[in-house]
Order: sequence, then C-alpha cells, then structure tokens
Amino acid sequence: MISHEVGQVERGGRPGMWAETGPIAGRPARTPVVVAFLVMLVIVLGFLRTSPGGEAVFTFTPGGVSQAAPLRPLSVPVDPTLYLFLLLTVGAGMGYAAGRIRSANLVIGLSFLSLVVTFLVWATAGQSLNLLGMLQATLVRAVPITLAALSGVICERSGVVNIAIEGMMLGAAFTSVVAASVSGSLLVGLVLAIATGALLAAVHAGLAIRYRVDQIVSGTVINIFATGVTSYLSARFLQEIEWLNNSGTFPNLSIPLLGRIPLLGPLLFEGNLFFYIAVALVVGLHILLFRTRFGLRIRAVGEHPRAADTLGINVAKVRYISVILGGMIAGLGGAYFTLGSVGRFDELMTAGRGFIGLAAMIFGKWTPVGAFSASLLFGFADSLQTKLQILGIPIPSEFLLMAPYLATMVVVSGIVGRAVPPAADGQPYEK
Amino acid sequence: MKRETRGERGKQEERFAPAGSGPVLEMLSRSAVPLLAVLTGLLLGAVIVIVTDQRVIDAWAQVTSNPAALLAAMWASISQAYQALFDGALGSPYAISESLVAATPYIFAGLAVALGFKAGLFNIGAEGQLFMGALASVWVGYAFSGIPAVLHVTLAVLAGALAGGVWAAIPGYLKARTGAHEVVNTIMLNYVAFRLSDWLINGPMKRPGWVPITPEIQPTAYLPRLFAEPLRLHAGFFLAIAAAVGVYYLLFRSTLGFEMRSVGANPHAARVAGINVGRTYVVTMALSGALAGLAGASQVLGVDHWLGQGFSAGYGFDSIALALLGKSHPAGVVAAALLFGVLRSGATRMQSAAGIPIDIITIIQALVIAFVAAEALVRGLYRLRSQGKVGAELFTRGWGR
Repeated sequence: MISHEVGQVERGGRPGMWAETGPIAGRPARTPVVVAFLVMLVIVLGFLRTSPGGEAVFTFTPGGVSQAAPLRPLSVPVDPTLYLFLLLTVGAGMGYAAGRIRSANLVIGLSFLSLVVTFLVWATAGQSLNLLGMLQATLVRAVPITLAALSGVICERSGVVNIAIEGMMLGAAFTSVVAASVSGSLLVGLVLAIATGALLAAVHAGLAIRYRVDQIVSGTVINIFATGVTSYLSARFLQEIEWLNNSGTFPNLSIPLLGRIPLLGPLLFEGNLFFYIAVALVVGLHILLFRTRFGLRIRAVGEHPRAADTLGINVAKVRYISVILGGMIAGLGGAYFTLGSVGRFDELMTAGRGFIGLAAMIFGKWTPVGAFSASLLFGFADSLQTKLQILGIPIPSEFLLMAPYLATMVVVSGIVGRAVPPAADGQPYEK
Repeated sequence: MKRETRGERGKQEERFAPAGSGPVLEMLSRSAVPLLAVLTGLLLGAVIVIVTDQRVIDAWAQVTSNPAALLAAMWASISQAYQALFDGALGSPYAISESLVAATPYIFAGLAVALGFKAGLFNIGAEGQLFMGALASVWVGYAFSGIPAVLHVTLAVLAGALAGGVWAAIPGYLKARTGAHEVVNTIMLNYVAFRLSDWLINGPMKRPGWVPITPEIQPTAYLPRLFAEPLRLHAGFFLAIAAAVGVYYLLFRSTLGFEMRSVGANPHAARVAGINVGRTYVVTMALSGALAGLAGASQVLGVDHWLGQGFSAGYGFDSIALALLGKSHPAGVVAAALLFGVLRSGATRMQSAAGIPIDIITIIQALVIAFVAAEALVRGLYRLRSQGKVGAELFTRGWGR
C-alpha cells in the first residue's frame, strides 16, 4: 500500500506559507505561556477586586417555540464562585511551575475557562442572563465561520491557500437569494449557491494551478471581483426589483423526542438547518481527510507534492478537486447568510466572516474538528458581546469583537500552541 | 528550489539593474501587458454595463422583430456610460482636479504595498494601517489648537505616518521574531483596526451630538488647497508624488533599499550575505505602513477634514491591484494610481448621470489584477510573444522555505 509511506510524510515537513520556522524564527519558550497565564490571572483578580458581590442568576429560556421542558434558573453566589475559580487558576499555574502539569495548553485552557466563567459571573452579578439563549446564539453564529473554516481546511490541506472564501460566500449569498426568489424554491437557491462557490473556486484553482498565479493574489482577485459584481448587480437590480430579493428562509428543524430533552434539546435538536449541515460536514470531512484513500492523497499533495507525484498521484487533479470541494462548502456558507438567516441579500453582508473562518482554520490547526471548536469559540465571543451590551458592562463591545483576531495572531505566532500548516501550502507545483 | 530557470534569472537582472537605464523600447514592452490588461478590463466592463442595462434587456426581448433596436440600445448604453466616465474624469478642470484628489490616497497606498512586495512581504493590511493613520491625523488635527499652520499640518501628517508604521511593524516584528506569516497577521490587524476605529469614533473621539463622527480638524491642520473652491486638489497630491520619488531613491539608490530587494529576491542568500533579514522585515513593514498611514492622513487632512465610520472605501484593498499593475515600481504605481483615480472620479459621474453603480470600477479592477497576475492569459489573448519571463510572478517566492 502506498498509504503507509505517504502517511509518514504527513505533518512532518516544514511549515508552508502561514508560518516560517528556520533560522529567522526563534522557538517560543515557556516565557509566553507564563506571560499569558499571568495576564489571565491578573484579569481574574481584577474581577474579584471589582466584584459587586450578591448573586448572579442564569436562566435557561429557549428562544422561539420549543417543546422542551423548562429549566429552573440557576442562582450563583458571586464572590465564592470567583474565589473558587481563582483557586483553580492559581492551582493550574502552580502545577505548571512545579512541573506537575506538563501541557502548556492545559494550563492555558484551565485559566481561560476560569477567565470566561468569572467574567460571566462578574458581569451578571445582581442581574440575570439567559445562558441557554447565549449558547444558542453561539451555535448559530458559529455556523458561517465553521463552513468558511472547513472550506479553508480542505483547500489548504491540498496545498492551495484560499483567502477567497469571503468572496465565494458573498457570491453564493447573492445567487442563492436570486435563484430562490425567481424559482420560488429554497432548494434551487441552495444548489445554485453551491454551484457559485464551485465556480469561483474553479477560477481560483485555475489561476493558482494552471497559471501559477500567486495564490494570495488570485484569492484577492476573487474577493474583489465578488464584492464588485454583487454590489453592482444588487444596486442595479435588487434595489429596484423588490421581488428578486425575497427568498424566505429554511425553517428551523425540530427533531421529535430529542428536542424535548431539557437544555440539550433546544440547544442541539431544535436548530437551524445549516447548523446540522455544518456538523455533518465536520464529521464527513474528518472521515474524508483521515480515513479514506483520497483524503490521504489530499494531505500528501499538500505536504509534499513531489513525493506524491512520484507515487503516481495527479497533483493538479487532486488540488482542483479539493479547491472546488472547498468552494462548494463556502457556497453553503454563503447560502446561510440569506436562506438560513435573513432571506434577502445586502451588500457586503458576509462582513468578514470568511476571514474569521480562516482564523478559525488556523486556530484549529487545519483539522475539521479543530476548526469547528475554534469556530464555536469565535461564535461564543460574538454572542457574548451582544449580551454584554444588554447587561450594560463598562467594557466596550468592540474590544470583545477584537478578541478572536488577537487570539489568532497569538496562535499563528506560536506564542501559545503551535499552528503548523501543510508544508506545501501556498506553493505552486511544477512538474 | 529548482525553479531557477532562464525566466528567473531574467527577473533577477531586472530587479538589480539600475532602473531607468533601459531604453524606451524596453519600457514599452514591459508595460505592454499592464496596458493590455487595463484595456481588456475596460472592454469586459463595457460588456457588463451593456448586458445589465434595462433598455438592452428590453430590446433583447424583441430581437427577432427588431434587431436594429438592440444594437441601438447597446450603443446608447455604452456611449452614455463612457461619455459620463470621460466627462467626470477629464472633461473639465473640476473633473481633472477630482481625479487627482482620488488618485492621491491611491498613490500612497499603492506605494505601501509595492514596497512590501520588493522585500517579499505581502502587506494585505494597508486598509487597517490607513485607518490608524487617519485616526491619528484627525486626532492631532482637532485636539491641538493655537499652533502655527505649518507646524500643525506637519505634525498631523507625521502622526498619520507614525500610526500606520507602528501598526504595520507589529506583523513585521512577529514575522521576524516568530516566523508568523504577515498575510494572516495583517488581515487580523485590519479587523482589529476597524473595531478600534468603531470604538474611538463612537466613544472617545466622537463629536458632541448624535452622529458618530469625529470633530472637524482645526483649519491650521488642513493640507492647503491649491485652487479656489470648488477645486479640491490639495498639497497631499504633491506629497504623494514626492513619496513616490522617495521610495524610488530608497529602493534603487540606498543601502537599505538594496537590502530590501535582496531579501525579497532570496532571504536565505541575503542572510548569507550578511543582511539582517529580520530587521529588514520590520523596517520594510514599518515604512510600508507609514505610507498607508499617509494615505489616510492625506484623505482626512486634505479632503474630508473629519472622520466617520467606514470612510476609506477600500483604498487599502485596491492598493494591492495598484502595486501589481505598477509592477511594484514607484513610477508604475503612480501611473496605475492616476488611472484608478481617473476611473474612480469618472465612475462617480457615471453613477449620477447614467445610473451605473460605482461598483463597476471594482469589477474592472478585479479583472485588471487577474490579467496582470496571469500574464499568460493576456499574452495568449493578444498573441504576444513571451519574453522568456512568463510564468508565475511569485511575489511570495520563498515563503516558508
């Protein structure tokens, strides 16, 4: 079997375009971990100092109609909770210092958990917060980011950098709404969205593989093109002909019985269609990439195209297929904005989600599951900031919105954890 | 890598040849592809204008009974559109002044990206740096008063350059220190800059009242206008030209520029030759960001005089197109920026007079970049002979290697 030999190459090579190790790069040491830990510790201490005391009430009211049994609100004493999690943080730090905890990720993870919990309790003190609503919003907001990230994962695993996801999603959002409005069928809209993503991806693949255009340039071209065409057509037609821009949306799915489970029911089994698609794709892509022969080929081509070529794999073909598959996923992501959310197209409505997806992909270390987890984290930050505005927290919501971007920079720089991209990422292959 | 072919060496020579020494013919043949790319872009833009025109669509419905009407409608559509474009861009002194005003931030931002390219850095964050520059300039512009005009406007301009430079130096430093790629970090910093400016303009820098915009800058901080109202041409344009000359001297006549180009050509060879590659990355990014910051500064100090949300209108992203179109050469960038300025101010007229959305310019720009980047496409289209340097124009050559 070829598979074994190629498997050896996988993930072992030098990193591709997103990060550069080598003589210029200094290996991150313990210092950044300690710094990150101390920063989080100081913030937790800050919450404790400024704690208003009293109780924080968390409610669990599902949004919309739900068949689930209601849950009683949870009342949490503020100060004891803060102390408890401060203890957890300090404990993790001491464990790391004493060498009992080896994994820097675990320490950072535990401190981060404390940070989030203490923040929520501190912010809610004396008020009440709908935790279930927030979690539901987290999942919904994570959907487009997940789809964008998955699109990136499959493209980049094959060695083609795709910063055009934003443009693909925008283009798909536009065509899906028009197709669905004209045909009266949401399904037609969905199919056309996927086709649009595939088409733009084919252009990207053609420019990058056939014409060996710099992949960042080619991606930029598609982003600018999609922005221009959708805005142009939207201004020319959609704003004047109202019925062209009115597609309706897919109804929420509700799974019988499972939807009745308290908490989990409304969260997982009564949701947006696109959420299920995204989850299915996470599982599907994981299997495709890591359990099938074709997935192995994708990874081989992304890590070491020459070796793959020597073994008889058609590098260009694998890359074309991967990029177009990625484009189709991005197309689904675009359809979410219209058919899955508001049912109409607005100029620039993707609002940078494609780039956040890219960040989630890197954060998730180029794996489907990792990308999904990162997307959930970003979705959480997004839904948190809307809740904060309601709670009237003195922290400007803009700073919370910056968090995902800053976190990505931290990860890419290898300060916490190390993101190793496919070795041949961004490099054209020439026989 | 074994891509050191004939073509590569040709490019290498081009990089290190003292620019400007080549004969005119060489210049012409080098700009053939960009010119044809622009031409093709404009032609395709015309096609888009025609096929999306309601009159043409109506005439198309009766094409069998009245084919002449279709042709007439198409002609009417395109002649009206491009007439408006010409009028708006070059048709009057006012139009010319507007074109130059629009070209000013383009020149700065295009130079910013081009400078990065020369050192092998892809500064995709010009947009964010432009925001930071504009914010700093506007703050210096309104927060201080009672300073002599010359000093005030100088300070405001410098603040813009400084803010953009510092913002861009961050990804430069991260690349030099940790190897993190500048593309992802500059994209991320774009969004951080947008959020930061949202917050500043809505909060600490908001002018009293409801509207989320900054206070107007003091008249002492205005970049002086050169003609009477309504001509808006301001000193920033000449500052931009001066910057282009400065970048030219920096790149081709200074040690630092030589180091930048060496690092861009081959970082490993540059390191062996004793060049501090990391330092070059940081310095290049800082200078690139400073230029982008100047784009923002010139826009607020010369034209708007205050800052609102989302004011930039994508100058930072267009700058990538400019650098590619201008082949990363300062003179080429200026020419490309003038073209874009003309297109932009013409498109404004096209929108008001012919009802064609201004976004047509964005489409044309995307097409132009595609054609410039995929030289083989244009050469194939026009049956141009290749000069032994066709192939991947890899600005990012050597990334991760």
